[in-house]
Amino acid sequence: MKRDVFQAIADPTRRGIIALIALQAMTPNAIAEHFDTTRQAVSKHLRILAECEVVRQEQRGREVYYSLVIEKMKEIDEWLEQYRKIWETRFEQLEEVLAVMKKQEKR
Amino acid sequence: MEFNVNKETKTVTITKEFDADRDLVWDAYTKPDLLDQWWAPKPFSSRTKVMEFREGGRRFYAMVSPEGQERWVLQEYKSITPKTNFKLFNAFADENENPQLPGSDWDFNFIGQNGTTKVHISIYNESLERLERMIEFGFREGTIAQLENLEELLASLSK
Repeated sequence: MKRDVFQAIADPTRRGIIALIALQAMTPNAIAEHFDTTRQAVSKHLRILAECEVVRQEQRGREVYYSLVIEKMKEIDEWLEQYRKIWETRFEQLEEVLAVMKKQEKR
Repeated sequence: MEFNVNKETKTVTITKEFDADRDLVWDAYTKPDLLDQWWAPKPFSSRTKVMEFREGGRRFYAMVSPEGQERWVLQEYKSITPKTNFKLFNAFADENENPQLPGSDWDFNFIGQNGTTKVHISIYNESLERLERMIEFGFREGTIAQLENLEELLASLSK
């Protein structure tokens, strides 16, 4: 199954990791210090995030740094906005229908 | 319109006030000919094939794209308190009414006040389907703060 950005945020630890590395690139060890889980668990989440293409890895000397691919996260924002817009459009249409109903009622 | 996503309860809530009597608003939500006039966001249209608005009854309808493509939805009415509340189970379906589970539980509340009506909708999602997944895990609540950070970052990047 192909992973997508929605899977990236489907877990609280991954959301935490995203929040952390949104601010600066970090090594897995530095990231793991912020969580109450094992280093292995964090590595697994990082691997999933990499598969979802929301993080990029960069080798600096002996360390690998993880940073966020911001454009990917934007997809979520756009989707949520679309969902909200569906309801807005729906309600605008309902307001029109109600206006017509009100007129008909007065007759 | 208020639009919120709650991660803990896996629920989307939508609240909107309409400048119309509760009777009218109730009809607009519960009569197929009226529902079809507004339910599908443009440029889609809503076409109700079956609608029995009673407890245990169902609405089977299609969202039709401008190209004529149909996306069928099956809704089952779980409970109805006239003019006040109704609950339904919502699931995508094929053209033969076979639902694609899991679906979601919808709860509609109607509160009338001096000729206006407040409609409060909550949608509980169990689904792991892609588009609903994000809502289920509560992107808005869990990560809105960091998203604001991201927006700032993006704004600074695009300069």
